[in-house]
Amino acid sequence: MELFTNLAYGFGVAFSLQNLAYCFAGVALGTLIGVLPGVGPLVTIAMLFPITFHLPAVPAIIMLAGIFYGAQYGGSTTSILVNLPGETASAVTCIDGYQMARQGRAGPALATAALASFFAGCVGTLLIALAGPTIGEWALKFGAAEYSSLMLMALVASAVMTQGDAVKGLAMVVLGLIIGVIGIDVNSGMARYSFGVPELIDGIGFTVVAVGLFAVAEIVANLESREPREVYTGKVTGLMPTARDLRDAAWPAARGTVVGAGFGVLPGTGPALSSFATYMLEKKLARDPSRFGRGAIEGVAAPEAANNAAAQTAFIPMLTLGIPASATMALMLGALTLQGIAAGPQVMVDKPDLFWGLIASMWIGNFLLVVLNLPLVGLWVKLLTVPYRWLFPSIIVFCCIGNYSVNNNPFDVYLCAAIGVLGYLLVKLECEPAPLLLGYVLGPLLEENLRRALLLSRGDPTVFLTRPISLAFMIATVLIFIIMVVPTVRAPRRPA
Amino acid sequence: MKPDLRNNRDFIAGLLFAVIGALAVALAHDYPMGTTMRMGPGYFPTALGAILFLFGLYVLARGIRSAERVKGTWGARALALTALSILLFGFLLDRAGMVPAIVVTTLVAAAAGREFRLKEVLLLAVVLSVFSAAVFSYGLKLPYPLVGGY
Repeated sequence: MELFTNLAYGFGVAFSLQNLAYCFAGVALGTLIGVLPGVGPLVTIAMLFPITFHLPAVPAIIMLAGIFYGAQYGGSTTSILVNLPGETASAVTCIDGYQMARQGRAGPALATAALASFFAGCVGTLLIALAGPTIGEWALKFGAAEYSSLMLMALVASAVMTQGDAVKGLAMVVLGLIIGVIGIDVNSGMARYSFGVPELIDGIGFTVVAVGLFAVAEIVANLESREPREVYTGKVTGLMPTARDLRDAAWPAARGTVVGAGFGVLPGTGPALSSFATYMLEKKLARDPSRFGRGAIEGVAAPEAANNAAAQTAFIPMLTLGIPASATMALMLGALTLQGIAAGPQVMVDKPDLFWGLIASMWIGNFLLVVLNLPLVGLWVKLLTVPYRWLFPSIIVFCCIGNYSVNNNPFDVYLCAAIGVLGYLLVKLECEPAPLLLGYVLGPLLEENLRRALLLSRGDPTVFLTRPISLAFMIATVLIFIIMVVPTVRAPRRPA
Repeated sequence: MKPDLRNNRDFIAGLLFAVIGALAVALAHDYPMGTTMRMGPGYFPTALGAILFLFGLYVLARGIRSAERVKGTWGARALALTALSILLFGFLLDRAGMVPAIVVTTLVAAAAGREFRLKEVLLLAVVLSVFSAAVFSYGLKLPYPLVGGY
């Protein structure tokens, strides 16, 4: 079967000594940094990816993917041990995971999280391998009109589905699109919004935006809140879950995987929503729902499986269509672009080593996570006690070096400070930064495709509605918009 | 009662969007618009600026109605010191070298935190310098001198 030949080819790529080493390094670094309190996966990736810029494309993306799920996994460790989620995706794990830790069952909670994640990761990886080529083949038929509508759908969905205000989310998308306009216009060769600054002619660098928005702004926002301190310092003993634990966790993990895999491909939802949804589902299905919130193992297994499955399947739209479904995937897409690879259906054909190598390395990475993390739990517990006052200056230094090294130009570092200030403002005003990043990444592509579509249709805007695939995306966009926005606009205001 | 707009969350957000949108439209005025069939470089940014402006007005108006305030305080000091530490890194790297840049950035950034313990921060600066020298200069072979301009 073709699938097996492809997977075998992928494993051949991933098992080269070099790629295996980078996969390992990514997973280890991602977990190491992701487990640090107050440092989520986004900050971790934003900080580390200028480093991967200096590697060849295949190892770079393999390492980044490793960093991504390593950091995600690190987030669940902090949820269970410190009641402090690295990001929203593991927020649900806190509820029961932390209770388990307080009851002296931190070991089984961590092991369950690891095993559930591994199972979900395997399924997710297999799904990418199965669905990728099919979607890619279908997407090869896409013209400029289809791509424009698809991007519009992804942008609107990411804006209205993130937590917080839908209208502000849409405004953030547009702001991101405008930031993406900065620089030379490919069609006319005209420099736009460059204010005569030579460095701006190439546009604002991807690392600058990502690091400023997610690392710098995040740090300043964190500095305001007191250091969260109820660190679980007891020794983690008895790592292995009992046979009963395993039996209780098996079905929730399987259901979580299904829910997560479904949500992962949808733009704007991703791991966070899927873990909430599956937790609610388990609570509904449970014979005794009151156990939830008091250390129910299902409450750890299901959301952990869901967020890891979603984290894997989120790669599907990014790799096959070139459309990121979340801020993390936008970072991945940005990394690919920096490597000179245009993600999309051609990648599978032009760069099979990248596509299949990445898929195989995802599986290896998930495996490494289990092997690496369970024995190292003691080390992670130690890391949790590292005070934030040591961490944030280090993050800033690494971000600076990373940003400088991309172009060897101090201007990028200055610009990063400016974007950081803007990002902090936006965080304080409760505007989600993720839609901005998506808009920024997709902006140039959207403009190019819009222009091409309208040129081909001789300026007739109905082209987006007369081509069936494009029409379907447009209808979906309108539906998403109506479902998500209309209730919030029409709902009576809560008394302030 | 006159509403307090200074800390009105959505009013400020809306204002920010509206101003950026208006600026985007104004600046794109110099770029040829073209037609819908053959869009010039000004078409897309003008449209975006106008949309952002309208979203901004909507958010602004809603802010006046709901009068929700910004949560917590503005961390002006933390923000200023963090931004300064980053600016100093860019300024010092090609003038003084990587180690001085790292030391100064670490010191200034650490001052943005709640607690500043000089001994700890100095030790951190040393650790970061040694680590960066090992990883970036020897490992990744980035061409920056450890000390001295280039």
